[in-house]
Amino acid sequence: MADWPSVPAGNKGPVPRVDLRLGGVLAFVARNRDVYRKTWKTNFLPPLLEPFLYLLSVGYGVGALVGTLNGASYASFVAPGILAITVMQSAFFETTYGSFVRLVFQRTWDAITATPLSLDDVLVGEMVWGAVKSALNSTLMAVVIAGFGLLPWLAIPAVAVVGFVGGLVFAGLGLAVSARVKSIDGFSFAMYLFITPMMLFAGTFFPLSQLPVGARWAAQLLPLTHVVAILRPLAAGTPLAIPASSAAYLVVVALLAPALAVWMMKRKLQT
Amino acid sequence: MSVPAVVAQGLRKSFGPLVAVDGLDLEIPVGVCFGILGPNGAGKTTTIRMLQAQVAPTAGTLTVLGLDAVRDGRRLKARLGIVPQENNLDPDFSVRQNLLIYARYYHVPRAEAEARADRWLAFTQLTEKKDAAIQELSGGMKRRLILARALLNDPELLVLDEPTTGLDPQARHTVWNAIRQLRRDGKTILLTTHYMDEAEQLCDDLVIVDKGRILERGSPSALIAKHTGSTAVEAVLGWSEDGAKVTNASAALTAAGVPHEKLPDRVIAYGPQAESAVATLGASEVINRRSSLEDVFLRLTGRNLRD
Ligand SMILES: Nc1ncnc2c1ncn2[C@@H]1O[C@H](COP(=O)(O)OP(=O)(O)O)[C@@H](O)[C@H]1O
Ligand SMILES: [Mg+2]
Repeated sequence: MADWPSVPAGNKGPVPRVDLRLGGVLAFVARNRDVYRKTWKTNFLPPLLEPFLYLLSVGYGVGALVGTLNGASYASFVAPGILAITVMQSAFFETTYGSFVRLVFQRTWDAITATPLSLDDVLVGEMVWGAVKSALNSTLMAVVIAGFGLLPWLAIPAVAVVGFVGGLVFAGLGLAVSARVKSIDGFSFAMYLFITPMMLFAGTFFPLSQLPVGARWAAQLLPLTHVVAILRPLAAGTPLAIPASSAAYLVVVALLAPALAVWMMKRKLQT
Repeated sequence: MSVPAVVAQGLRKSFGPLVAVDGLDLEIPVGVCFGILGPNGAGKTTTIRMLQAQVAPTAGTLTVLGLDAVRDGRRLKARLGIVPQENNLDPDFSVRQNLLIYARYYHVPRAEAEARADRWLAFTQLTEKKDAAIQELSGGMKRRLILARALLNDPELLVLDEPTTGLDPQARHTVWNAIRQLRRDGKTILLTTHYMDEAEQLCDDLVIVDKGRILERGSPSALIAKHTGSTAVEAVLGWSEDGAKVTNASAALTAAGVPHEKLPDRVIAYGPQAESAVATLGASEVINRRSSLEDVFLRLTGRNLRD
């Protein structure tokens, strides 16, 4: 047996509150990526099909009734809206239902925190993976939308970046919700109270200017509003018109929401 | 001189008002198979989860392989192999993929991981199942695969939480043989169990715990010699509604100063006077047998039902 230096226990300073390593995060992300790759065909299909359905029904169907909005077609107004919804749903689904199944039913987190990975690595890894999925799905969707001529091809890399940053926001919020639910059914509340209203009132299907003044201000608090506000000029080919305030909002919340989620999860799990 | 595998001093863990581990002092040398025995809820799992840096102690100090279990969790976990009480294999991957992906968490390079995976699959007799889905495995196969997984990082200390609970006799013996071989190869092994025969078969040294405290420590044979002597004498008295036969027999044995245990239809007497004392009880049947660790365990932790 090898001899190891004896470390006297105690008085070695405070226990580290944050214990995060890039290598650990990446090893966890790689695990989720490998699961995704096993079923990549079924995973690729929805983000490619969904824009067809949306653009045909809402874009061109409803659009025929609406006419033009600020001189552009209604389809071109809706396209960045459905992109933003995909950014929101991909990451939020991953860190609610996905993470909860791994935590509770599969005990994946327990198996992995028995290795050199820390709980912080696992939590951040879940959220980074959620953001990667948002980036991936919104990029696939952007390709279809560009095919319809509703987004410049050159804007696709920028969509991926917005997908990742926006994905971090919703991954963080999703994991924070996961720290609060008692069972997997608890997520349907979050869907009704949080996701569905945002999907409808964040400037996705109609301009915020249609809302009464108070609601218009309230909509500014919703993260999805700012994802839409960034994607719309990108789709219009006018990236310089992206409001700096929305970009700043997203970046700040992309850091705060994951930090909140880590804090809530650790309080729940580290009894 | 080697550093002990485990040194715990005043180790405590409470969950709110419940004290799960209540001031544990324990030193375990390297190179042994050490057992933690206790009824359900005794605090075995909580103790070893603290030891493997997955649960933070409420108080006390805990040094494992020379490392502080609280502050040096990552370095410590790199040198441990863990078989948890609850199976936690990854159902999204096949048998061999489970090992390859787990090896990544230890940063084992791919080619090396494949070699190790195949070696431990062979060791746990799972080579034929390497491409099977986790859902297709029997309970015993799942436990063996978790054991293979725990060996991927060539751990110095192997921690097994109830490695054979729920397995049939054949599967238990397969796991026991694997543990014996690892012990011969020089690994330090720490296991929890509530099967006394398992502890008697495998452990060089053990503690019996209950309600978060250590009741006794020693080798299985030393504990048997100390608490029950080498033989046990069972006096079968028959059932009676009020239990009077057993109560009377127990009173007689107490008067004669003979240690014993009461069961609904019999008494079990221990020690050198057991045989002569039982002869006076008018039992319908007398069974002389070797006493076991089970007798010691029941004497120390009582016969009340736990869950
Ligand atoms: N995370 C937890 N939260 C609250 N109570 C717990 C938790 N883990 C264990 N306990 C309690 O601590 C006690 C000891 O449990 P455990 O260590 O699992 O015992 P054993 O493994 O010996 O059966 C039990 O009463 C159990 O209910
Ligand atoms: Mg247990």
